[in-house]
Order: sequence, then C-alpha cells, then structure tokens
Amino acid sequence: MARSVSTNRKLVTTFFAWAVGLAIFFPILWTILTSFKTEAQAIADPPIFFNFHWTLENYVTVQERSNYFRHFWNSVVLSGGSTLLGLIIAIPAAWSMAFVPSRRTKDILMWMLSTKMLPPVGVLVPMYLIFRNLGLLDTQIGLVIVLTLINLPIIVWMLYTYFKEIPGEILEAARMDGATLRSEILYVLTPMAIPGIASTVLLNIILAWNEAFWTLNLTAAKAAPLTAFIASYSSPEGLFYAKLSAASTMAIAPILIMGWFSQKQLVRGLTFGAVK
Amino acid sequence: MNTTFRTLMGACALAALAAGASAETITVATVNNGDMIRMQGLMDDFYAKHPDIEVEWVTLEENVLRQRVTQDVATKGGQFDVMTIGTYEVPIWGERGWLVSLNDLPDSYDIDDILPAIRDGLTVDDELYAAPFYGESSMVMYRTDLMEKAGLTMPEAPTWDFIKEAAAAMTDKEGEVYGICLRGKAGWGENMAFLTAMSNSFGAKWFDMDWKPQFDSEEWKATLDFYLDLMNNYGPPGASGNGFNENLSLFQTGKCGMWIDATVAASFVTNPNDSSVADSVGFALAPDNGLGKRGNWLWAWNLGIPAGTQKIDAAKAFVEWATSKEYTALVASKEGWANVPPGTRQSLYMNEEYQKVPFAKMTLESILSADPQHPTVDEVPYVGVQFVAIPEFQGLGTAVGQQFSAALAGQMSAEQALDNAQKLTEREMMKAGYIK
Repeated sequence: MARSVSTNRKLVTTFFAWAVGLAIFFPILWTILTSFKTEAQAIADPPIFFNFHWTLENYVTVQERSNYFRHFWNSVVLSGGSTLLGLIIAIPAAWSMAFVPSRRTKDILMWMLSTKMLPPVGVLVPMYLIFRNLGLLDTQIGLVIVLTLINLPIIVWMLYTYFKEIPGEILEAARMDGATLRSEILYVLTPMAIPGIASTVLLNIILAWNEAFWTLNLTAAKAAPLTAFIASYSSPEGLFYAKLSAASTMAIAPILIMGWFSQKQLVRGLTFGAVK
Repeated sequence: MNTTFRTLMGACALAALAAGASAETITVATVNNGDMIRMQGLMDDFYAKHPDIEVEWVTLEENVLRQRVTQDVATKGGQFDVMTIGTYEVPIWGERGWLVSLNDLPDSYDIDDILPAIRDGLTVDDELYAAPFYGESSMVMYRTDLMEKAGLTMPEAPTWDFIKEAAAAMTDKEGEVYGICLRGKAGWGENMAFLTAMSNSFGAKWFDMDWKPQFDSEEWKATLDFYLDLMNNYGPPGASGNGFNENLSLFQTGKCGMWIDATVAASFVTNPNDSSVADSVGFALAPDNGLGKRGNWLWAWNLGIPAGTQKIDAAKAFVEWATSKEYTALVASKEGWANVPPGTRQSLYMNEEYQKVPFAKMTLESILSADPQHPTVDEVPYVGVQFVAIPEFQGLGTAVGQQFSAALAGQMSAEQALDNAQKLTEREMMKAGYIK
C-alpha cells in the first residue's frame, strides 16, 4: 500500500515537472516550429502544429539579408569579454566581503543589488552622451564595459555566496604557509570555488548574450550583436513571424546548445547551498 | 623569389590600405519593410555608380528605429549618416536644424516631380529636408465576392453610411466573416492614425486655432460613436488589440469583408502566395461624410541626413540614388512594376506600365486627396493629416489612443473616453505652454 502511494506520488510529481518544463519550453518550441513555416502558415488560425509543409526558405532569406556571423561574433566578444572583465573585478571583491567582512559589507551588497532596481531607460540619455563624448558608441569595448557593470552585482553576489561556503581556516592555513594574497586567491580559493565560478560564468554569459536594451541602443552597424539581428526582422507593415522566428532560432541556438551541454554544472552551481 | 613575393605582398597590402582609405562608409538606419529590403538587394547598381562609397545598413523595428534616430539626431551622436524617417518627424526636425537641407540636389533629380502633397509635408520654409522613398495613404480594401453576395456595389468614393450598410450586409459571425476590420490597438501610429483621419471626415479636429483641445465637441462624439457602433456590431472579436498586421492576417484569411488601412496593404492582399482572397479584392477611396474631407491619411518614409554627420556628400549621393526616377526604373526592370516603391513621383503614375498595376490608380487618388496643410474641415493651427506635427503628439496620441482602445474593449463608455482624452490633452498642452 505504502509502495503504491509512493509510486502514485512519484507519477504526479513527474507529470507536474514535465508539464512545467513543457510550459516553459513551449515558446521556444513554437519559435522553432514557426521558423520552418511559410508566412501564411505562421499566422494560420487555428494554429498549425506539425502538419505543415516544412521549408528552409526563411533561413535562406535571413542568411541572404543579414550578416549573421558578424552579429554572432559580436555576441561572443561582448558576452565573453564582459564575463571575463566581471570576474577580474568580482573575485577580489567577493573574497574581501566573504573573508574580511566589515560592518558595512551587507549594506554594500544590498547597495550593489539596488543598482539593478533602476530602470535602464532612466540613464539612457546621460549614458548615450558619455559614450558619444568618449567615442564609445558602436564599439565592442564600450558594450563590454556596460555589460560588465550591469552584471557585476549578480556576479559579486553569486561569488560571495559560494566563497562563504569555503572554510576560512583553509585560507588561513595557506597564509601561514606563506601564501601571498594573490597566490591565496589564485591557487587556493579559486580552485575550490571552481563549480561556483563556472556557474557564475555560464549565467553571466547567458545574461550578456540576451541583453537587449543597451546592445540595441548603443550600437549601430559595427558592434551590433544578435539581439540587433533579431530586432531587424520585426515589421510594422507586413507579415514577418516566420522570418523573425528563423532569426530568433539562429540567435538562441548557440546559447541553447551551450546551456544544454553545461546544464549539470549550471544547476549544481545555482542550487549550491540551497538545501542547507 | 622570396623578395618578389615580399614585394608583391607589400604592394597588395598598400593597395588594400589605399582602397580602404579612399572608400567612405556611410551608415543608413532603416525600417524593415519590403521596399527597403528590396533596395538592399539592389545595391550593386549604387556601388557601380559610386565605387568610392560603402553602405552599412542598420535595420530596426519602426518604434525602435524612431527612438534610436531621435536620440542620435538630438544629441548629434553621429551614428547614422542617412536616416529613414516619417512625415511626422521631418517638419519638427527640419525646424530645429537637425537635418541637412536637400535643396541643392542636381536638376537631373527633378524635385518638382515629387508629388506635391508629399513634398509639402517635407518642406519647412522652402527648404526640403528629406527625400521621399515611399508614400502611402489609406483606402478601402474589400472583398468583391462578398459585396456581390450582399447585393451591393462599392462606389469609387463611398460614404461612411454606405460602409456601415455594407458591413452589416457582409457580416456572418457564425461563418467567422466580419463586415469590417479597423485598427483598435492603442498608439499614435496605430488606432489614432485611423481615428484622427476618420475624425477629419466628420468635421472634428484635435485643436482649435487657440490650441484648445476639441474632444468635447459634437464632431468627435459622432466620430467615436460611429466607430464603436461599427466595430462592436460588425467587427472581429478582440479588435482592441488589432493593428495593421493583425488586420492584414484577418483579411488574408478571408475573415474581413472590408478593411480600411494603408494603401501598401494592397500589394499584400493581392499576392496569391500569402493571401487566400487575392483574386477577389477591390479598392475604393476612404469614406467621407460629404463635408469635403475624406477619412484617409498621408504618410511617407523618407531619407534624411542628420546635421551631425561628417559625410554629407556621400550621404547625399545615396539619398539621390535611392529616391531617383532611375531607381524606380531599376526596381521595375528587376522585380516588376508592382514592386516599385509607390507614392512619391508623378512620373511613376504617368507610366503606362505602372498604370496596369491594379491598385496604382486608387493609391494615387488617395494620396492626392489628402492635404496635410489643410487636414480638417475648419481651419487649424497645425499640419498633418493623421497626426499633429508637434513634438508632444507622440505621447498625446498614444495616451488618447489608450482611452479609445479601452472604449472599444468595453472598459469605458465613449463619453468617458472622450472626457478623459479632453482632460489629459488639456493638461499636457498647458504643461507644454500652448494654452494657459
């Protein structure tokens, strides 16, 4: 009896988990399906799920009209560059907050997070003017700086949480053995925090890859990443859903594949310490 | 051998450097519509004529484009050398000195060939500030088969009463056929483009000569009552969320008897690849009420050069090429006359080949019947048919549009919506200093 209840419960939980998973994944699935339809099929009412004439026409059109690889490369540089720069700043910051906390550490952490509460559009014009005066408009370096600043609070918070889990005594022992601050962070702390750093890196890459406000507003032709590539397929007059879906699929494919391969690492990092 | 190879490599590098140094790159910000995309495919012709100019395209969605180019031109950001801008922006930006005058385009460009209605909207104090690439008005598109079934004949210039009668006769809600599809989605370029143009034909206006808002007038009440009555009885469900694309898909799938919207839609609804009703579409002028103004708008996408650019000559060369008669001929030779950007040049409509395009005549007549300098029955202090060419209008139009969209969704009465519109417009106009 007890066994049967447990099986039933397991079934319900599994069903529920699948239902939630499918609900979350459905928009992506629909985008992928739409990308293989004609524009007329894309707006058909009632909607067509699988029973349509599959075509690669939209992908051909998108490939012909846009320089996908230039946008892709910009996305790689921006997300990779901002993550690297973010880590260089955040690792020492998180180290000091985790192992040498002051009375104000919590306040500083909260203040850092509070910068995420400001709607970005509120600082658009000053940022635009600063970028114009510094000659950073439509440059990769400008965008790398902005994306780093945007995601820095999250990186610091995540790393701070992971570092807090590491016993301070180990670092103390390293210090007693004569390790300098640099070697302590580089050779003792970092290897122990690798899972945490890895998931921070992955999450930051995803956030930077998907960032659409600043990457649309501060770029034109040269530094525009895949978000701008997608935005160019929306049209106020004319059907565009199938082509837009093809562009979206091409834009999310790399990050989706990366997420797929690293999901174990990502989940482990994100749930680290959650069940304590 | 080694030395020769090195010399050759050095020469190549120098040549590449020289080529790179001499070619000037201009960045063109544009909107994603069929005509603009087509132009990107025809750039070989431009490069053949101007081998020293490279063109980079930045294609954006209309609202994003509007925000990006406004920000850039206002701050003299210099991101773009040519901008695709609408009829609304040109007079406002031109007046502020944000755009380069195009009066010095060569005689061969033939400025006088541009349709007067369009050219007037792009001219401030006799200076032409943008060149039209594509122009449109609005008109009635209707299903000839359903009209015939209803036993009616669409006149070339229908009245609103006829539209109502036809909508009632064509509606078959059980068969999911709705007599009329109109814009309902809130926005100054969405429902308010349609309703402002419609209100002109009812004798209404946004402001009187003292800039006092007029939503408390009988004419606006008549406009909104008629619109709501039409849409509630003969329109599709959920119309308050419908814009151009939603109505396009409804019409193309045979669910609309009539659709009053941009003339550019004619080429979509008659395209058999996308439209299931392509062979049974007729066209008529936008309706009127016998007051001397029709309910059609006037819009053009234009190419303008921001004052902040350092590459004025290259930008002008591009604008001249893209809006020339020769470009029209180029499109016609490569893609056929039906794909030529419409609504900008008189010579196009005199072309015998173009006259064979089924919607050409009605598009021209619609454009010619709009008068942006005198858009309303009574005299008004503003220009613009479906908009008021003042900087405050984007915000105002959208706020008023939200009230009217809510009335269409049944969230408030027409009286309430008009009352709210009047109050919010008064408040904003007072804040902006137009009225005290």
